[in-house]
Amino acid sequence: MTTNAAIRVQNLTKRFGSFVAVDDISFDAAEGKITALLGPSGSGKSTVLRMIAGLETPTNGRIWIEDDETTFKSVQERRVGFVFQHYALFRHMTVAQNVAFGLAVRKQSKADQARRVDELLDLVQLSPFADRFPDQLSGGQRQRVALARALAPRPQVLLLDEPFGALDARVRQDLRHWLDGLHRELGVTSLFVTHDQDEALELAHEVVVMHEGRIEQMGSPTQIYNEPQTAFVAGFIGSPNVLQGRVAAGHVLVGAHRLPGADHLEEGAAARAFVRPHDVRLAEPDPEAAAAVEARVDRVSTLGWLSRVMLRLDDGQTIVAEIPSDELIDLTEGTTVAVDLRRAKAFEAEPVGAPAE
Amino acid sequence: MSVVLGPPRLVDVTPGGEEMRRRGRRRALVRSAIVAVCLLYLTVVLLGPLVGIFLSAFREGLPKIGETLTSPDVRHAFFLTFEITIVTLLVTTTFGAVTAWVLVRHRFVGRRILNALVELPLAMSPVTVGLACVLLFGRGGWFEPWFTARGIQVIFALPSMILVTIFICIPFVIRSVAPVLDELGTEEEDAARTLGASTLQTLFRVILPNIRWGLFYGIALTTARSIGEIGAVLIVSGMLKGQTETATIYVLTAFEERMDAEGYIVALTLAAISIVMLLVIEISKRRKIKEVMG
Repeated sequence: MTTNAAIRVQNLTKRFGSFVAVDDISFDAAEGKITALLGPSGSGKSTVLRMIAGLETPTNGRIWIEDDETTFKSVQERRVGFVFQHYALFRHMTVAQNVAFGLAVRKQSKADQARRVDELLDLVQLSPFADRFPDQLSGGQRQRVALARALAPRPQVLLLDEPFGALDARVRQDLRHWLDGLHRELGVTSLFVTHDQDEALELAHEVVVMHEGRIEQMGSPTQIYNEPQTAFVAGFIGSPNVLQGRVAAGHVLVGAHRLPGADHLEEGAAARAFVRPHDVRLAEPDPEAAAAVEARVDRVSTLGWLSRVMLRLDDGQTIVAEIPSDELIDLTEGTTVAVDLRRAKAFEAEPVGAPAE
Repeated sequence: MSVVLGPPRLVDVTPGGEEMRRRGRRRALVRSAIVAVCLLYLTVVLLGPLVGIFLSAFREGLPKIGETLTSPDVRHAFFLTFEITIVTLLVTTTFGAVTAWVLVRHRFVGRRILNALVELPLAMSPVTVGLACVLLFGRGGWFEPWFTARGIQVIFALPSMILVTIFICIPFVIRSVAPVLDELGTEEEDAARTLGASTLQTLFRVILPNIRWGLFYGIALTTARSIGEIGAVLIVSGMLKGQTETATIYVLTAFEERMDAEGYIVALTLAAISIVMLLVIEISKRRKIKEVMG
């Protein structure tokens, strides 16, 4: 067993009846780092987290926490901190009692409990709220209490299940930055589940992308963003445009456009090209240029510094381009522009009959 | 006509102000009439008997009340009712809470059937329940030889009276705890376990405090019902004076024996207990609703 893997999951599988929620996955979460399990809902990421915590029993596979096999240990023995999406605070207890719970059930002395509770409420900046009840707090405050409660018994690892999922956008942002700061201070190994790519890319050191119970790709946020290894990851990260085409001589043909990077695909096969809105380059049409491919402007909307241009390619497919408003060339609806789609990434076409995302 | 904000009058197709006011008055009148009928109905049906019992109980003066309530027969009757109620409460509360938990938290074959079966006692006439008990434990019944061999008298004795009361009270705790448990969800239980709480600690520190009003509501309903039960208990009791005579049976026999005053006094005492229980039920119901709402 190598060190520096605080959580190790090997060949983990979970079946509910005939439904395979988690299909033979293996990964490590590094000591002291934040790892994100990223995927759409139903991808099995929460089930993985719950199996690591011991709240679900794996159908197959093994789990280690801090080099100690916990596959068959009870929840209580695993010493994990768990933060739930909907906080799961004990509603009949005050904030202080909630935070003290993990210490009280382990029969720590009242004095020790009080000291630890003070320490943690200080840490989550909720000291003035010690005697409030959960329903007297805002969502963000509740989640901070939940975090303090999970951290109080000094868990070996911290597991967070969509920790910001129930909060509104603004609070979510704030709490994300706050959690980042907290992690820098405490350095506790954290594994969190999210469907929000921004959250995963911003907060995590390592991202595990899951889809339909399998791992699609693992890597640093930069790797995940810049080098998607599968069509799913390419389509999931960065909300790209999807263009349908056909492979010809290492390119994907989309109408008159020839998008490079399809050497790995079979000649003549149907293919998909993913290009992020901000990777679409626009220029004045230049009839001299050999590879001039053009598109018609359908609509332009300006969102402050950013402008969004809806374009229609010659074969009727539409794409969205995002460009800084001050680089907006003369684009009015109906005009024709030169489009550069060289940063598109090519993948095989969606298998026939595959469920829609 | 007063000037009010409204759409400009184009063509006068709406009834005029006078007509509108007349309609409004008529509607108010109808509404008052409905309220009056309801009040009258409730007064006659609910309060009438209560007042009647109250007046009859006091007809022969306070000394008579004291004398009746302290007579050995009456004291025994209340004691018996008390005994039956306590045992019923212990059994239906414990098993009811566990059953509610099983029904809400677990998915198993036959769960739906069990769920429906829980309400059977509400649908069955208590007389049928009593008869069934006699069939099982009475002379020639399935279980009679086993108990007789061990010298245990079930029918025409306390065990069968407790048994039928338990049967009749089964639904109350289950039906008042289940929705609260359901609404509570499993997140708090899961949270307690990840924090190191054992099953018992989770039960006593997290689950019970959360369902306490639902549980209390069920207990109050059970108490009220088991104190007031007569049909099934009457049949299995054999009505042995001073032995298997509960408070409700006492009232019944008092009238048969032309001891009207005693009957009214015991009935009034039962009614007083019911009113207290009603208050308790009302309070716990409100708390329970709050519990469900979170």
